Amino acid sequence: MSGSAEYDCIVIGAGHNGLVCASYLARAGRSVLVLEAASEVGGAAITREFAPGFRVSAGAHLLQLMPRAMMAELALESHGFKLAAEDLPTVALSPEGAPLTLAARGLVRLSQAEQDAYMALTAQLQRFARALAPVLNAAPPRLGTSDRADRLRLLKLGWQVRRLGRRDMRELLRIGGMCVYDLLQENLTSPLLQGALGFDAVLGSNFGPRAPGSVFTLLYRLAAAANADRSAPALPQGGLGALSNALAGAARSAGVTIRTDAPVRRIRVEGDRAVGVTLASGESIGAGLVVSNADPKTTFLGLLGSEHLDAGFVRRVAHLRSNGLAAKLHLALDRLPRFKGLEEAKLGARLLIAPSLDYIERAFNHSKYGEYSAAPAIELTLPSVRDAQLAPAGAHVLSAVVQYVPYALAGGWAPARQPLIDAILDQLELYAPGLRRSVTAAELLTPADIEREFRMVGGHWHHGELALDQFLMVRPVPGATQYATPLPGLYLCGAGAHPGGGVMGTAGRNAARVILARAA
Amino acid sequence: MSQTALFREPLLHTPFHARARQLSQLDSFIPWNGYTTVDVFTTVEHEYFAIRNASTLYDLSPMAKYRIAGPDALRFLNRLVTRDLAKLKPDRVAYVVWCNDEGHLIDDGTVFRLGESDYRLCAQERQLDWLLDSAIGFDVEILDVTEAFAGLALQGPTSCAVLKAAGLGGVERLKPFDIGYFQLGGIALTVSRTGFTGDLGYELWMDPRDAESVWDRLMAAGRSRGIRPLGSRALNIARIEAGFLLPNVDFLSAERTLRVGRERSPFELGLDWLLDFRKGHFTGRRALLAEQRSGIARRLVGLDIEGNKPAHNALVYSARAGRREIGSVTSATWSPTCKRNIAYALLEAPYVRVGTEVWVEIYVNSELTWERRMRAARVVDKPFYAPERRRASPPADF
Repeated sequence: MSGSAEYDCIVIGAGHNGLVCASYLARAGRSVLVLEAASEVGGAAITREFAPGFRVSAGAHLLQLMPRAMMAELALESHGFKLAAEDLPTVALSPEGAPLTLAARGLVRLSQAEQDAYMALTAQLQRFARALAPVLNAAPPRLGTSDRADRLRLLKLGWQVRRLGRRDMRELLRIGGMCVYDLLQENLTSPLLQGALGFDAVLGSNFGPRAPGSVFTLLYRLAAAANADRSAPALPQGGLGALSNALAGAARSAGVTIRTDAPVRRIRVEGDRAVGVTLASGESIGAGLVVSNADPKTTFLGLLGSEHLDAGFVRRVAHLRSNGLAAKLHLALDRLPRFKGLEEAKLGARLLIAPSLDYIERAFNHSKYGEYSAAPAIELTLPSVRDAQLAPAGAHVLSAVVQYVPYALAGGWAPARQPLIDAILDQLELYAPGLRRSVTAAELLTPADIEREFRMVGGHWHHGELALDQFLMVRPVPGATQYATPLPGLYLCGAGAHPGGGVMGTAGRNAARVILARAA
Repeated sequence: MSQTALFREPLLHTPFHARARQLSQLDSFIPWNGYTTVDVFTTVEHEYFAIRNASTLYDLSPMAKYRIAGPDALRFLNRLVTRDLAKLKPDRVAYVVWCNDEGHLIDDGTVFRLGESDYRLCAQERQLDWLLDSAIGFDVEILDVTEAFAGLALQGPTSCAVLKAAGLGGVERLKPFDIGYFQLGGIALTVSRTGFTGDLGYELWMDPRDAESVWDRLMAAGRSRGIRPLGSRALNIARIEAGFLLPNVDFLSAERTLRVGRERSPFELGLDWLLDFRKGHFTGRRALLAEQRSGIARRLVGLDIEGNKPAHNALVYSARAGRREIGSVTSATWSPTCKRNIAYALLEAPYVRVGTEVWVEIYVNSELTWERRMRAARVVDKPFYAPERRRASPPADF
């Protein structure tokens, strides 16, 4: 079988995880072909024009979670990668004016007691995050197996937590399953500060700050940031697409072949083993093994087909919660906007509209009934402030992640697109009066659009909800939790696998390590 | 509606219930799949000997029945069950088992191929959830037709003659596992030469509205050939003789077990012959291949036990001293036809070879005094009883 294989490995999807995985495989001497359905590499980390002269990171719009060490190892800078800005502060906007800036050095404008409480809480969360961070860098340990590697990794995790000391360990176990709402009420009093911290716990997720487990998602995000050695987000020069181009450059220089406009139709199976792929064009390409960067539902139910899998496994995949609740809004502005109380120098920051925990929870409520909220929680950036090439001179680009916007809107999306854009603009107007008049073009990507454009079922940017029941040793589903799948020769390397999405690249690197260790 | 009203009819009636009620002399009913069914009509002995010497009518209606149709029906079924159903021709029946991902048995049943892409699956227990889960990714329609058909088993050496006497000319041409379509006084009958007794016999499927009429006609046609209604207790003796497994007795569905290790694989149940690893993937295939490589720890075997006291629920030991427990009995009966004390037992792997001597601890109630008897037993092949007439085509006219 492998005699007819043209490549050692085929990677399906040139998103960042696919490119990272391909690079590591090629650097270990494997011949690797990456197949990308779109016309350019990057998946949901691309930069594209959405209005004449206006370019934006169409999916992810900030870089924080990709480990610095990995970026150095792949020598991305020698492939043209540059940051336009880093250590972006987070600014919690207020409808009353007077925004709150969260930075590493603390908070201005709050009482000393609140500042102290904030510093103590974040220090403690950082300690927890650092204890959990090593879990991200390897296949998650399975429970109840007699496998030596599983046991060692579990022991290591236990040791990391134990090393926190009795008091911290007890606190970690206490808050681990809690909702972030309660944790922040316990520790802080400023609604603006609570909202800003709570927003990070629910960003990209299908729940509000009152959901159990939302402390865990916050810790998880902090752990990923700690693992990346980047405590605040950064903006790549040229948008996230520039990162993807550099990853592709690194892959090519490692010997990887990348083909775009090459959508895969099927994963080919012979003798109960993945032996290659068939493209939509009908072309067949053989390989020793196939690595899928597509989401688990697409991989197993679409490309492979349930006939090659057991019924119980298919049921678990089908039940994977993978509907996204985050929309993207891109605005072309003919001038720099003004936000209430915000000096112009801070316009390059990460701006949040989440003025209280209740505000976020209310925004979430609507989504449970297939509706969007007229007062959504928003993370917005003005990338052109730091990166002039994204917009014509004097004009600017606004990129916003809008929560919560349901994948399946009651009544369908067609009649609701413009009303939603108007509702978001109304909301923005409260914080930046006059902004609406400066809008020359607007593009809305609902989760349904994100599904279509980036080929991820449900439009979930993590390829499946990050929640306690879809984490770690059960991510994406039991039976496929360590990058290998039930079908010999087929592996996962995408955001659906541990440790999830968020332009991290760790899933891709972990997958490559597992593949290389198995073949060795 | 009040809460209690929901439970006014805790068990449903089958289409033959009125007849069963009429003929049941003991009022001995048991629940089966949500229906009330007869355990014993008259005496177990009379009913049993009618299976082996005359013919019997047994109400099969509670069997769960599913219509499986559509372009992917065969692909769906071949992914569901362990056998290769591509070999099943139209108007034929196959005995099948299906497993979960771990290769543990969920249930056994029969698949009827009624048309090019039209199948019916009959099972002891409800299976709709597993079938629907298994249908993800297949263009197939699955309908629960349990109540759409009444089922009646006509079993025994005179069964073919009874059908001919009732007017089913040509029924003698049906070979084992064949399906035929007949008219009985204007009533459409689907007849399969299948059964659970290991004897000559047929299963008849009909519209529930015709059920009583069919019952009456068969009872009338069979009067001179010793026909009797049959309850589950006597059938159980015949099915043990014939080597058939009973769910919830000889194995538990893997979807129902709570304790680890209580599930059973086809290898453990001696159903290796139903596994086709060359046909392509089916649920449990990879786990079963791994089990084939690693070997099994226990296996269900037939036992021939000395004495005549059935070894119900008995523990089995390696030696008379009874210190080393090696398994237990799942089904046991005195076989009136073989004149042997027979049983199925799940034994540890070193003791499953035919001819191995083991010891069975039997508790006997002798006039309200319990006595413990250690009896020698031999591992033997199943079935215990397999008369030629079950396969003879055409069947002899008794």
